[in-house]
Formats: sequence, structure tokens, C-alpha cells
Amino acid sequence: MSGQVETAAARPRLSRRSLTLNIGLFLVGMHVTVALLTLVWTPYDPTGMTGGRLEAPSWAHWAGTDRLGRDLFTQIMIGSRIALIVGFGAVAIAATIGVTLGVLSAFATRYLDDILAAAFDILIAFPTLLLAMLVVAATESASLFSATLALGIAISAIVARLTRILAKRILSMDYITAARTAGASWPSIVFRHLLPNIWPMLAVNFALQFGLAVIAEASLSYLGLGAPPPNASWGRLLQEAQGTVYTAPFGAIAPGIALVTLVIGMNLLADGLREAGDPTRRGRQ
Amino acid sequence: MSLLDIRGLTLSTGGQTLVSDVSFSIAPGERLGLIGESGSGKSLTALATIGLLPRGFRVQGSIKLDGHEVVGASESAMIALRGAAAATVFQEPLTALNPLMKVGRQVAEPVIRRHRRAGETVDRAAVAREVRSLLERVSLPDIDRIVKSYPYEISGGQRQRVAIAMALACRPKLLIADEPTTALDVTTQVEILDLLSGLVREDGMALLFISHDLPVVARVTENVIVLRRGEVIEQGQVHAVFDAPKHDYTRSLVDAATAFDKALGPSR
Ligand SMILES: Nc1ncnc2c1ncn2[C@@H]1O[C@H](COP(=O)(O)OP(=O)(O)OP(=O)(O)O)[C@@H](O)[C@H]1O
Ligand SMILES: [Mg+2]
Repeated sequence: MSGQVETAAARPRLSRRSLTLNIGLFLVGMHVTVALLTLVWTPYDPTGMTGGRLEAPSWAHWAGTDRLGRDLFTQIMIGSRIALIVGFGAVAIAATIGVTLGVLSAFATRYLDDILAAAFDILIAFPTLLLAMLVVAATESASLFSATLALGIAISAIVARLTRILAKRILSMDYITAARTAGASWPSIVFRHLLPNIWPMLAVNFALQFGLAVIAEASLSYLGLGAPPPNASWGRLLQEAQGTVYTAPFGAIAPGIALVTLVIGMNLLADGLREAGDPTRRGRQ
Repeated sequence: MSLLDIRGLTLSTGGQTLVSDVSFSIAPGERLGLIGESGSGKSLTALATIGLLPRGFRVQGSIKLDGHEVVGASESAMIALRGAAAATVFQEPLTALNPLMKVGRQVAEPVIRRHRRAGETVDRAAVAREVRSLLERVSLPDIDRIVKSYPYEISGGQRQRVAIAMALACRPKLLIADEPTTALDVTTQVEILDLLSGLVREDGMALLFISHDLPVVARVTENVIVLRRGEVIEQGQVHAVFDAPKHDYTRSLVDAATAFDKALGPSR
């Protein structure tokens, strides 16, 4: 880095950047901590009747209780665990399949590339939820695993298409052609030049897809196709709250806040990481 | 025997013939200019030489690079041939370097590859020394800083010098320069041209220099080929072509160039 990086003018940029990153880290970190905590401790037994029915939030029950008198806060905490498993799991599956196919497509012969591109488009034209329902139907079980797998496969088409477009743009750059003329082999092109240059855009998209996966899992659970009870996913909590939304609106508000904080946190985290990894933003302008 | 021998090269895609029946050869150490208006097929010819045409192109004819036939060669055969036989420098300094890699690491990459291919052990300190001496050879100032800089932190002319250093790192027998100075201002352009012709002479490299400016070509090469709409319309010694253009198109190039030539100063 040049000497100018340390000048005072660069500092406000630095702190603004870390603010995005820090809020993201805080929100996601909070959910991760809570999710881990539920493995060893919850305020109440998640399946036990620990209060009256549909009690409003109080010191004893921070988010109130549900129709059966179970503590909602406990269920939301467990919901964090499910949301994180689904979000990370689906994105990990989508990243593996999608990035591989996208890069392959960008490198392939024109014929194979056309076929793959058409396949991505057809898969994307399918509503994610419908695709997920088909996978759940195919695996013949509505479980956390099948929901995660289903969403992962549905999202991988989106990731593949994005990767393909980004990769083609980078592969047409002079530095790639220069590296190839200089005798660079394809693994070296892919891992040293291509992936690092498309990674920032992919990371932001992964965060977005993470959020969509968590929301889609909520929808699947809402339709009874997600994690079965007693795994209280936020989607199921929202579904249950629907019937009593006028008499007990808190039942929808608390899981809603949980969902929103995780999704926003993930987006801020991705944005912060992307900026931190961009050398043009790291130092002077 | 020539280093590059192109015979009856015809390139077509989607029913369109973009380069037709082009033949020329470059002897070891020879400097050849390839000149022509935008879209005349200069870059395609250069890419065909190293087997890097975009997908969907049909190649007819023969291209012999360092004794190996390029047309129809497998990708693995080409990877082995590239670098040692030919390296390139391109037009656009903005995209000539990987934006996310520090300059030092970028120049080190071809250095390391060359040593590995020669079956030598790669010692970090030796690589660092070689990187520095390459950057010195392309007359970059303040090498300590530049080695640790990202491409956006150095100027366009400096980036072009780094790109030249990377090509030199391969120790190629043929250097292909595709309009390496077009995007630069006139002063920087002259500096880079003189640097390039000096380096090529020192290392005894052959040069295929692509440009649409006659004076620029005259400054670095001895022979020239004029391409128009994918066909060779004139070829010969650069000063003969310059002084007595046979073809109307070449004459228009000479006329357009005269004014610009003054700005470039005397060729050496
Ligand atoms: N991938 C491609 N597919 C189809 N046509 C192409 C492709 N690349 C180049 N062409 C066409 O081939 C012709 C020659 O292109 P080329 O890039 O060789 O021109 P050039 O002489 O290098 O021009 P310039 O001076 O502008 O760089 C142009 O008409 C161009 O539109
Ligand atoms: Mg060109």
C-alpha cells in the first residue's frame, strides 16, 4: 500500500465500511449464538404448556405464548437454528452446483454452453417454491433436509446463470487472454483470475439467496412442507399466528422480527465483506 | 526456418468470412507490423496465431508457430506451446492486469511458470529478484511501491509497462503486441514504443506489432503488412510502403498519418 492510505482522509471511509460490516456481524452473530444456545438451553421446554393460552408478551414470556400455551420466545430461538441450517445449507448446495456449472458453461463449447444456458433459464422460470415442492414430493418426506436440498437445487440455477454471465465477461478481458497466451493452464485461470474477480458479485448474491431461502423455508413450512413439529420454524409460527392475527398479533410480530433481522444482517455482512475485499475501496479512492 | 509461418489463413464464423487467404511469415528476430483499419481482422489474425480465437470460428489454412501446427492442435499442446513460443500485450491498459492482484504477484506468475516448466526449483527470493529486474527493464520508477500496488494505483502507461514485463517474463520467441499504445497519450505512446523496440532488439525476440497507425508501425518494425476487410492488400518494407503506397487505401492511411507523425517526433 502506498503511504497515502494512512492519511486522515481515508479514515471516514474505513469507519463507514466497518459499520456495515459490524452491524451485519452483530445481527448474524446474534442468531448464530442463539441457535447454538438452544442446543444446550432454552428458557422453557419448547413443547410444554408453560403459560396460559395466547398470553401477550410479559416478563415471563417475552414474545407471549401460542394457542397451546407454549412459550413463543423459546420457539423463535429454535427457529433461528432451523433458519440458519436452511439458509447456509441451501446456499452451500447452490454455490457448489451453481458455480461449477456456471464456470463449466462459460468454458464449454458453444453447443454445450447453449444447452446449459437454456437449462438454467428453464429452471429459473419455475417458481422456486414450486420446484422445492417437487423435490419434497420426490424425496417423499417433508423434513428439514428435504426442504434445504430442494431450495438449494432451486437456487443453484440462479447462481449458475449469474456465474456464467460474470465468468464470460471476465474471460473476455485482456488479462485473461494475456495469461492464456503466456501459457497459463485452465485451473490457474479459474482459481487465480476468474473466481477472485467474480467472487464479490457472487457473495452479495449468496447473501440475497440466503435471505430468500430462509423466507422460502418459512413459506414451505407454512404450506406444511418444511421442518415438521416440534421443529418450530418461523414459517410455521407465522402460519399458526395467522388464525389469531387480530386477537393476538404478537404471535406474528416476533417471528417476523427474527426473520427480518437475520435477512438484513446477512445482506449487510455480505456487503461489508465485499467492500473489505475490494482493493479500490480499501485504500484511497 | 521461419518462427511463424501463416499460409492461406481464412477465418469465418456464422457464414461470414472475416479473414481470407492471409499469408505471411516472421523470421526469428524479425519485426513485422500488421496494419489496417478497425475491423480489418488484425486482432483475429493474432488470436488465431496462438489458438485463442473466440468460440465458433472456423479456421482454414495453416499456421506454423515455432515448428508446430496450430490449426487443429489440442488445447494441452497449445498450453505447452504458448508462453515459450509467443506472449501478448494488448491495447487496453485498464483490462491488461488482474485488478485484484498486486503487481508483484502478477509478474511473478509467468516467472514461476517458466521455471517450473524448465524443471527448475522455484525459490521465492530468486523469483522476487527476477520480478524486480523485469520491472527495471521496462523502466518503471519506484519499484518498491509498484510491486506492492494494485493495478488501479498505477497509471495507464505504467500498467502497460507491467504488461510488457509480464510478456518478457515468458522469454517468448515471438512477442505479439496488439495496439499496445493506442489508449495512451502521445508522449507516453512514444516512450512505450521506444521501450518495446529496444527490448525486442536486446532479447532478439521477433515482434508482431498490430496498429492502425502507419507512423507508429514505422517506429518499431522494418516490414509491414496492410490488411483491409480481412485481405492482405500490400506488404513490404515499411519505408517503401510508406514512401510509395501502391494501393489507394494505403495512400489514405499515409495521408491521415502525416499530421500525426509530426506529433510523434523523429523515429530512431
Ligand atoms: N467473436 C466474434 N464473433 C463474430 N465476429 C467477430 C468476433 N470478433 C471479431 N469479429 C469481427 O471480425 C472482424 C475483425 O475483427 P478484429 O477484432 O480482428 O478487428 P481489428 O482489425 O483488430 O480491429 P480494431 O482495430 O478495431 O481492433 C470485425 O468485423 C469484428 O466485428
Ligand atoms: Mg483489434
